[in-house]
Amino acid sequence: MTTTEVGRARLRKEDAHLITGRSKYTDNITLPGMLHLAMVRSPFAHAKITSVDTAAAKSSPGVVAVLTGADVAAEQGSLPNVWPITPDQKAPAFPSIAVDEVAFAGEVVACIVARSAAAARDAVELVDVSYDELPVVMDLEEAFTDKVLAHSSLDSNLSATWVFDSGEAGTGKPIAAALASAEVLIERTFYQQRLIPAFMEPRSIVVDPTSEQITMWSSTQVPHILRLILALTLGIPESKVRVIAPDVGGGFGGKLTVIPEEFITLMAARRVGKPCKYTETRSESLQAGHHGRAQVQRLKLSATKDGIVTGLDVNLLADMGAYLGLIGSGIPILGAFMYNAIYKFPAYRLECNNIFTNKAWTGAYRGAGRPEATFAIERMMDELAVELGMDPLELREKNWIKHEEFPFTTVAGLEYDSGNYEAATAKALELFGYDALRAEQVRRRETNDPVQLGIGISTFTEMCGLAPSRVLGALSYAAGGWEHAQVRVLPTGNIEVITGSSPHGQGHETAWSQLVADRLGVPFENVEVLHGDTQSSPRGLDTYGSRSLTVGGMAVLAAADKVIEKARVVAAHMMEASQEDIEFADGKFSVRGTEQSTALGEIAFAVFSAHNLPDGFEPSLDSDATFDPQNFSFPHGTHLAAMEVDTETGQVTIRKYVCVDDVGVVVNPLIVEGQVHGGLAQGIAQALYEEAVYDDAGTLVTGSFVDYLVPSAPDLPHFTTARTETPSTTNQLGAKGVGEAGTIASTPAIVNGVLDAVRHLGVKDIKMPCSPSRVWAALEEAKMTGGVQ
Amino acid sequence: MIPSAFDYAAPATVAEALGLLAAAGDDVKLLAGGQSLIPVMKLRLADPAMVIDLGRIGELSGVRDDGDALTIGAMTPHHQIATDPLIAAHVPLLAKAAATVADPQVRHRGTFGGALVHADPAGDLPAPVLAAEATFILAGPDGERRVAAADFFQGYFTTAVDDGEILTHIRVPKYTGWGAHYEKFTRVAQQWSIVAVAAMVRVEGGTIAEARIGLTNMASTPLRATAVEQALAGAPLTRETIAAASAHAAEGTDPASDLNGDAAYRRHLAEVLTKRAVIAAAGL
Repeated sequence: MTTTEVGRARLRKEDAHLITGRSKYTDNITLPGMLHLAMVRSPFAHAKITSVDTAAAKSSPGVVAVLTGADVAAEQGSLPNVWPITPDQKAPAFPSIAVDEVAFAGEVVACIVARSAAAARDAVELVDVSYDELPVVMDLEEAFTDKVLAHSSLDSNLSATWVFDSGEAGTGKPIAAALASAEVLIERTFYQQRLIPAFMEPRSIVVDPTSEQITMWSSTQVPHILRLILALTLGIPESKVRVIAPDVGGGFGGKLTVIPEEFITLMAARRVGKPCKYTETRSESLQAGHHGRAQVQRLKLSATKDGIVTGLDVNLLADMGAYLGLIGSGIPILGAFMYNAIYKFPAYRLECNNIFTNKAWTGAYRGAGRPEATFAIERMMDELAVELGMDPLELREKNWIKHEEFPFTTVAGLEYDSGNYEAATAKALELFGYDALRAEQVRRRETNDPVQLGIGISTFTEMCGLAPSRVLGALSYAAGGWEHAQVRVLPTGNIEVITGSSPHGQGHETAWSQLVADRLGVPFENVEVLHGDTQSSPRGLDTYGSRSLTVGGMAVLAAADKVIEKARVVAAHMMEASQEDIEFADGKFSVRGTEQSTALGEIAFAVFSAHNLPDGFEPSLDSDATFDPQNFSFPHGTHLAAMEVDTETGQVTIRKYVCVDDVGVVVNPLIVEGQVHGGLAQGIAQALYEEAVYDDAGTLVTGSFVDYLVPSAPDLPHFTTARTETPSTTNQLGAKGVGEAGTIASTPAIVNGVLDAVRHLGVKDIKMPCSPSRVWAALEEAKMTGGVQ
Repeated sequence: MIPSAFDYAAPATVAEALGLLAAAGDDVKLLAGGQSLIPVMKLRLADPAMVIDLGRIGELSGVRDDGDALTIGAMTPHHQIATDPLIAAHVPLLAKAAATVADPQVRHRGTFGGALVHADPAGDLPAPVLAAEATFILAGPDGERRVAAADFFQGYFTTAVDDGEILTHIRVPKYTGWGAHYEKFTRVAQQWSIVAVAAMVRVEGGTIAEARIGLTNMASTPLRATAVEQALAGAPLTRETIAAASAHAAEGTDPASDLNGDAAYRRHLAEVLTKRAVIAAAGL
């Protein structure tokens, strides 16, 4: 393959229409006769619904219909959970419109269908719902005690307990012996605060029921999965549902789900027989879209006195919120394989308890389980370094897998195919100026500078390229992890690529065009990428888990290779040569040892006309491929943060941020850079800014962007980013995935840096987000309790 | 995000606006720049039957030199306050505070008078106006009346403006030659002040001759840090004296507790930020 496109920092072909306002988001869609929906939502976090009076709303001007839970009880079914992590996993029924009981504030209790969005909104206030309030359980640790139940239909808040034990799995030693014989034992509890994905485009749905095949446009990451779930849940033949994800303005996992509003809009449209649209407000999005993280992590780390870790025991409480979303139950499990991170731990055990509370349900949020794991272990490595009085980098190096030890089977049972932690770390240290910053840190401490300096380290890895279908099966996930692509050769030699990876901002159109342009030797501009419509791309498993390039991209390449093999047959026939003598390069087939050649475009037209093809040749070059990865890919990197803490105010500032990521072979460096920057912003946001806060009654206090603090450009530093390139050996491109790397790595780097700045003042831990008031309170508490450790 | 239906009028003069206001009854809101009113209407936290838009009344906008004071039209946008040469010369504190309000879009739409009448305790303009001992000029059915800044702010989102009245102008004495600084503390760049301190100082030789200190978000209204002002008056211009004086900043305050910090943290911040504001205003 002649490479001219792979590795090229092309501007994205998607961007022109997005940045000039020619985008087509779902809410931009208007259909003839379209009606508008508005939702009546419960103000209570837990209550019995005693009556729903819709009379006044129904007679409000412009209102066409009002649907209650009782109205749709027979058809709505229950939103599915497709990841039963244990055979005895418990889940309450999850109706789209609550019928008898609501279990979180924001749950839909009725839906208005009206001729305008304003009329629908006006009528919301006219629906009179009577509630009998029930006790709420908001705190995760309290929920685990079962003193208050989140659902009256369940006898416990425990959904499932999932255990991995390296001794039992045969991947390592038993943990009990490691802990019992520990020379040093570190025990810590970390709180992964609840986060809100806060994608830029709120969720929006349009349903057209006027044809035999119902069409749904939805701002979703997963149109293919949505189509299947709609069919299964509502009993509609799958072939009678078409789902389109048009331009989708971000997701971050928040649209890796199916939502009540999708079902409600479809049911409403079928009832009234007219197209219907629902677009949530930002407040609704924050309140009733799924949230992420929300775990309590209790860890025990055993080590020798010279800093060799001998075992890790993890006990998780994972907040499911009020219901099990599509894959919410499995998110902590995605992290379960990453607590050992880049290290050679000999013994490991993890127990995860999935717990219900009266909060919005949880699901994937950028990184999905892996940021939680990475945070915990990278914090623990710093804690151990402090305990041992050892440099935190030296401690990591003592325990990490050396580059010559790959492939390496970890204590969690994964086979890491490749990596070079030494190279990434060395490069990061050089860019960071580690020694100079350490010297400045000493100086500031000695002069008692009001602004103290800390250095935070995070050496992370993650599992990407979700996922080998057999592995998903072993984890009881209902679907596979393959991806589909089709490459179509038009008569002119132009190429259409159909991908099952439905993007929502990643730049697939550009990257896939680069892949195909190289492989088929056609100009980048001649490749068109189609996606996000189950009619044009009927097979797919969509975009999440940094899987698109390593799984979907491989499918594209495999389909392109099939095109070449088909065209080779025709080329041999046209040039009257043997197939074995035909070579393909730069878009041309040539006969070895001769000047004779024919271009792919000429073959394309010959196949189109089909006048003179080899006997038995099916007149088409179009090819399908479905790629099922044999292993995950394992990007890694070293992130270093220099953090300034103003000890007078508690204000935290990022002085310098350096990251060296190894994401394997890069198709488009510009896209990779963008993914790293965005990922860093979200990981930093968890460390310093964002938290979904509920009051004791169950109301979301951070229900708008006034209180839910998403950082913007002025709040973030200049990022120094660089890469090392250790190719993955599990796919032919050598790519690893980059969508989540920045988010996973940055949170512990920032918090480790904050603590490093103030640990000498007696501060031992600060809960995330490390807000100024929390940092100041921690400093005050340290003063009260005697300061220096 | 759709407000309830409402009637709308856009008068061209203050007299016409007063007439509409008188006729509209209780359920009416005046629309200035709309940067607070429109969001609360969209959230349906307010649903006035009528909205009177002051945006077309030319006489309400602009900055005028009145000798010993500047008279600022209530509809003057924040951006103009932040960049106006008269304000920069004579009350630079206002310019500095206005430049910290929200983002550029809001500063071009939002108005000086609108923000003052809205009287959000976390808003950035009330404390500087209070520190500057401004006078509020109100037009009402019985003519004009003047209210001192000290009497204007009465509680959360509550001012001395009565039903049927319109704030037309704010008269701000000149502080020509004074040093000024607005020290605003937030967690992210675009956020209401957690605490902020407005400081003006007049330095003579090596001495602080006079100081005016206003506190943002330290009570339901903006406050004067009078104990700090007294401690600074006549004090030598050193960091130490400023720090000592600033230790009085939280006296008489009653800050709220919220997600950004509890009352104790805000009291502490008031002291630190006062010290920093005065040091910056004095040019130390």
